[in-house]
Amino acid sequence: MYVYDEFDRTFLQERVAEFRDQVARRLSGELNEEEFKPLRLMNGVYLQLHAYMLRVCIPYGTLSSTQLRALAAVARKYDRGYGHFTTRQNIQFNWIKLAELPDAMADLAAVGIHGLQTSGNCIRNTTTDPWAGAAQDELEDPRLYAEVIRQWSTLHPEFAYLPRKFKIAITAAKHDRAAIRVHDVGLRLRQRDGETGFEVMVGGGLGRSPYIGKTIRDFLPKEHLLSYLEAILRTYNLGGRRDNIYKARIKIQVHELGTEEFARLVEAEWAEIRDGALTLDDAALDAIRDRFVNPAFEALEDTPAVLAQALATDPAFARWHANSVAPHKVAGHAIVTLSLKPVGGPPGDATADQMDAIADLADQYAHGEIRVAHEQNLTFPHVRQKDLPALWAKLKAIGVATPNVGLVTDIIACPGLDYCSLANARSIPIAQKLTERFADDARIADIGRLHLNISGCINACGHHHVGHIGILGVEKKDEEFFQITLGGKGNSKARIGELLGPAVPESEIVDVVERLVDTYLDLRTSPAETFIAAVERLGLEPFKERAYASR
Amino acid sequence: MTSPLQRKLKITGPTVVTANRLADGVVVWLTADGRWAETIGEAAVAGSSEAVHALLDVAHADENTAVGAYPARVDIAANGTPAPANLRERIRVGGPTVSLPGAA
Repeated sequence: MYVYDEFDRTFLQERVAEFRDQVARRLSGELNEEEFKPLRLMNGVYLQLHAYMLRVCIPYGTLSSTQLRALAAVARKYDRGYGHFTTRQNIQFNWIKLAELPDAMADLAAVGIHGLQTSGNCIRNTTTDPWAGAAQDELEDPRLYAEVIRQWSTLHPEFAYLPRKFKIAITAAKHDRAAIRVHDVGLRLRQRDGETGFEVMVGGGLGRSPYIGKTIRDFLPKEHLLSYLEAILRTYNLGGRRDNIYKARIKIQVHELGTEEFARLVEAEWAEIRDGALTLDDAALDAIRDRFVNPAFEALEDTPAVLAQALATDPAFARWHANSVAPHKVAGHAIVTLSLKPVGGPPGDATADQMDAIADLADQYAHGEIRVAHEQNLTFPHVRQKDLPALWAKLKAIGVATPNVGLVTDIIACPGLDYCSLANARSIPIAQKLTERFADDARIADIGRLHLNISGCINACGHHHVGHIGILGVEKKDEEFFQITLGGKGNSKARIGELLGPAVPESEIVDVVERLVDTYLDLRTSPAETFIAAVERLGLEPFKERAYASR
Repeated sequence: MTSPLQRKLKITGPTVVTANRLADGVVVWLTADGRWAETIGEAAVAGSSEAVHALLDVAHADENTAVGAYPARVDIAANGTPAPANLRERIRVGGPTVSLPGAA
C-alpha cells in the first residue's frame, strides 16, 4: 500500500473545499451550468439518466480496508447502499445528490481517495495487474511505476486540456491482466541485459473504432519513463484532432499518421526533453518505493495440512479453490479472487454491507489490502494458504465466492441503459439472464475459460471488442437488439472480435449465446481446448451456422 | 449560435420537456405553469415545433432548477395523461429495470 503524505492530504482537503464552494455557487446561480459542468467533471461528477454519478478513483486498483470502509459508508450515507466497480479499476456511485457531493468527497478525502481526473479530457487512472506484488509471473511490482505516473499526471498543467481522455495501463507480468494493448499507452515492463525498462505501445483503444496498440519503442530504460510519456502526450496534445469528438483519441492520430511517423514525432520531441528534470534516478524511485508498505510475509510451506484436508474432503471448496485461487510468489501464500458476479446479480456491484465485510476479511486474512480487477471483481492479493478454508466459508456467507472467475458467467458489463445516458440498450438484464442460464457450477467449469463482455452502446465500456464473445446492444425502432462478435482477446495476443452475423432481438440473445457455447462443446478437440482456441482453429462459420440455425 | 426561432425541431407527435433537477439529479418534467414536476403525468404536452420551443425556452431560462432539458416524445394514455414513448424514457420514469443491490 502506498502511504500518502501530508502534501497529498492537504491537497485533497483543499480540493474538496474548492468544489464545495463551486457547488454552492452553482446552487445559488452565481455559476451557470455551462461554467459549472467542466468543474464538476474535473472531480468525476457525471449527470446520468436518473441522477448524478460520482466516479471515485482507485489508483492502480489498490485499496486499503480503511478506504473500502469509507466507500461503504458513502454508499450507505449518501447513495443507495451499493457501488459499482468498473473496467478501469474505479468505483461508481449512481445516486448521490449534488448538494451532498462535497460532504461525500470530504469523507473520502479523509482516507486519501477522490474523483479527480476520472472524467474529462485529461490523463485518467493508470491501471495495472490486480495481482501486482503477488503474481508469480511478474518481474517486479508495476505499482511503483503506476504511482510514478499518478504523481506526474495528477494536475499536470500542460495536459489538462487534451483533445480527449487519455488512459494508460501497465503490466510487469508474463500474462497481461491489464489489457495494455487496448489502451492509449500500454507499458510492458521488461528486462534487457539486466536492465529494467518498458516496451511502449500507443494508440490502442476500443469504443466505436477499436485498435490494438502499436509498439513504438521496444525497450525504454526505466529512468526515461516520464520524459518519454511527456513526449507522447505532447505529440498527442499538439496533433490530436479537436474538430471531431469521435476522432479525437490518440488511436486515430496514430492510425492517420502511421506508426512510423507518429514514433518519429515522439522521438523528436523526446530528444529535446530527455535527461532533464523528468529523469527518474534511483533516488527518486527509492523515495516512492519506500512509501509502499508491503506485508511482512510469514515463512510458510505450500499446501499446509488444513488446506490439503479441505481439498480432499470438501468438493465445493475444492471447486472454488481450483477456480478462484492463484499461486503467489511467496511460498505458503495465495491470491484470492472475490467474484462480484453472483447468479442473477448485476455484474461488478457490491453492497455497503458486503464492502464492510470484505474490509473486515481483508484485515483478518489479507494484510488489509484489496485490489479491484478490470474484470469488475475484487482480489485479496496476499492470503495465507492455511487460511483458505476458513476464508472461503466467510466469503461464501457474503456472496462473493461464486466459482466462476474467468468462466462464462464472469461477465464484464457496462451499466447500460438502466443507468447510462449514452446507452442504446440495457446490458445488466442480459448479464443476469446469462448467469441464470449458466447457473450450474459444474457446467461452467466444464465449459472452461470464456470471456463474455457486454456493452450497451458503441462506446464499448464493457470492452466487448476484446471478449471471446462480445455483445453490443443496439436499438432498432425502440426495441433492443444485440450484435455478437467472436474471437476477441484482451491479453498479450490482443485482437478485435469479428462480427458473427445480424443482430438478434433481446428475446433470443441468451439462447444464441447458449448455442455458441454448445457448438464449442460439440466441436472442441478435448476439454483442454478452450473456447477461444476452438474459435481460432475453426473460424466463425460453424458458430455462425449454429447461432442462426433456428432463425 | 443559432437563433431559437431558426432552430429546427422535428416534432412527430405529442412531446414533453424533461430534465434532471440540479440539486439532486432527480428526473423532472416541465409543467404548463413553469414548474418542474417529478411525475410525467403533470408534464405540459406540446404538439407543434413552436410549442416545444416555447417550453424549451422556459426550461433553459430555469437552469438553476433543472439542467439538460430536452424534448421527449410521449404517448397519450386513455385518461389523457402523457406516458413515455420509448424504452429510454420508460427507464427514466420507472428507474433501472433491475432491482438495486443493497437496501434502498
